[in-house]
Amino acid sequence: MYEIRIHSRGGQGGVTAARLLAMAALHDGKYATACPFYGAERRGAPIVSFVRIDDKPIKVYSQIRQPDMVVVLDASVMDVVDVLHGLKKGGRIFINSAGKREFAGFECRNVDLTGIALRENLVVSGSPILNTPVLGALASMGIITADSAKKAIREMFSDERNVKAAEAAYKEMSA
Amino acid sequence: MKKIATGNKAVAEAVKQANPTVVAAYPITPQTEIVEQIAEFVTSGQMPARYIAVESEHSAMAACIGASITGIRTFTATSSHGLLYMHEMTNWAAGARLPIVMANVNRSLGPGWNIWAEHTDALQERDTGWLQVYVSTVQEAYDATLMAFRIAEHNDVLLPVMVNLDGFLLSHIMQPVDTVELGDFIPKIHLPHAIDPKHPAGYGTLTGPDQQFKFRWEIERSMRDSVKVIEETEKEFAKRFGRKYGFTENYRCEDADVIVIAMGTLGKEAEVAVDLLRNEGIKAGSMRIRWLRPFPKLDLKGKEVVVIDRDYSFGFGGILAGEIRSKTGISLYSVIAGLGGQEVTYDDIADFVRTRRTGEEFWFGVNAHV
Repeated sequence: MYEIRIHSRGGQGGVTAARLLAMAALHDGKYATACPFYGAERRGAPIVSFVRIDDKPIKVYSQIRQPDMVVVLDASVMDVVDVLHGLKKGGRIFINSAGKREFAGFECRNVDLTGIALRENLVVSGSPILNTPVLGALASMGIITADSAKKAIREMFSDERNVKAAEAAYKEMSA
Repeated sequence: MKKIATGNKAVAEAVKQANPTVVAAYPITPQTEIVEQIAEFVTSGQMPARYIAVESEHSAMAACIGASITGIRTFTATSSHGLLYMHEMTNWAAGARLPIVMANVNRSLGPGWNIWAEHTDALQERDTGWLQVYVSTVQEAYDATLMAFRIAEHNDVLLPVMVNLDGFLLSHIMQPVDTVELGDFIPKIHLPHAIDPKHPAGYGTLTGPDQQFKFRWEIERSMRDSVKVIEETEKEFAKRFGRKYGFTENYRCEDADVIVIAMGTLGKEAEVAVDLLRNEGIKAGSMRIRWLRPFPKLDLKGKEVVVIDRDYSFGFGGILAGEIRSKTGISLYSVIAGLGGQEVTYDDIADFVRTRRTGEEFWFGVNAHV
């Protein structure tokens, strides 16, 4: 079982990212569950959501304590939340950031999802959309396939800019 | 078709397919998404139902009763305090022999103001004459809701059915759900005692002791007959759609020395604990109780039993433990865990088994045998 914790701020689409990731894993022929942390979410406050992916049906409902991977949609939450908490030794980190970061003992990758969203004009109510381009980044890291990522995005959003942004993130990461 | 859905959305999808004529409901966390989704289906024309937005849960059930007695299919959903507010009417629904289907998203009772999973809400409705099923996955929430209509409306049952799913743990989790082409799986409803203006009759009039006693026995007789209807319905569901269900879900029980019994998501997580224990050489099994009413026949002879209750009857004990003790006569290890949404992991469940003290009661959240 592969366990992923997604850090974001309320309103940034972290829960939708979890859902899209689960949908893509389903298209890959796997089992997946996605859930938000069960509490009172507020716009702007740091939140976490979880995704489990496995080849077998998933029977675990308790929260992920030792994720295999951490996804950070908003690097500013790292000032207030220990995003590495419980991350397995050798675990992977993805950060939405233009600058490369290093964490000893972990594999850390990054791409500027915010910049990609702005470039693709993927902006709603003044906020760049991160939850669709992040699927391209995760596909590049081999968590899901690129085809399934695109299929999942198209199931949820009719606006092709979402797919284009995911493709851009995939390309930048794979370059 | 396979898709990713929350437990709430999966229930709403099943209700859409079952196509009730009337849905009367009042929102309450964590159930709200069910009735929101149904309202959306109705306003967008995907469901021809009449949606009655009432001012309370008592009225929601009263409206379902009024609609159901005309011989039509009805549905409502609630949770926690909403369910308790219905309590007078839930008794009436069963007593009037109305096949209403309700989804209850299990949630703790206040005070304190706690919105997380617990089974005490539905267990306080245990003696009302409703059939009760508890599910453990989003898929099962969908499947059980479809089957609930067929079971409730069967001529040998004609009692309401409550489908229970754990608050947040199932209502808000997203899992794969495979929707079905329903076809004629749920036959056209026929209520033999439906109101017919052409043939006026009295309903709910003053009833003497002799008649009242007979009415009570009729409910119990139908409750007993419902066992066969549930079995037939689950068999037919498996034949048509390929997914098998029973009164309990047994996992590695055949050769087990010790069996963990729980309901809802805890019963599913217990299967992971069983695999862990088996790897340590402890011959464990898991028996998840699905149907609480009618209560299943349990064969626990020669087994040690650990019962996990996400509920409590003050001054008595874990409610499920009490039911199992009284029906089987066995001594068991009673664990009270998960109250108010307290996190219980498969490691915790494995620990309950490893350190079991048969005959005693353990309160996990305060780490004390009492």
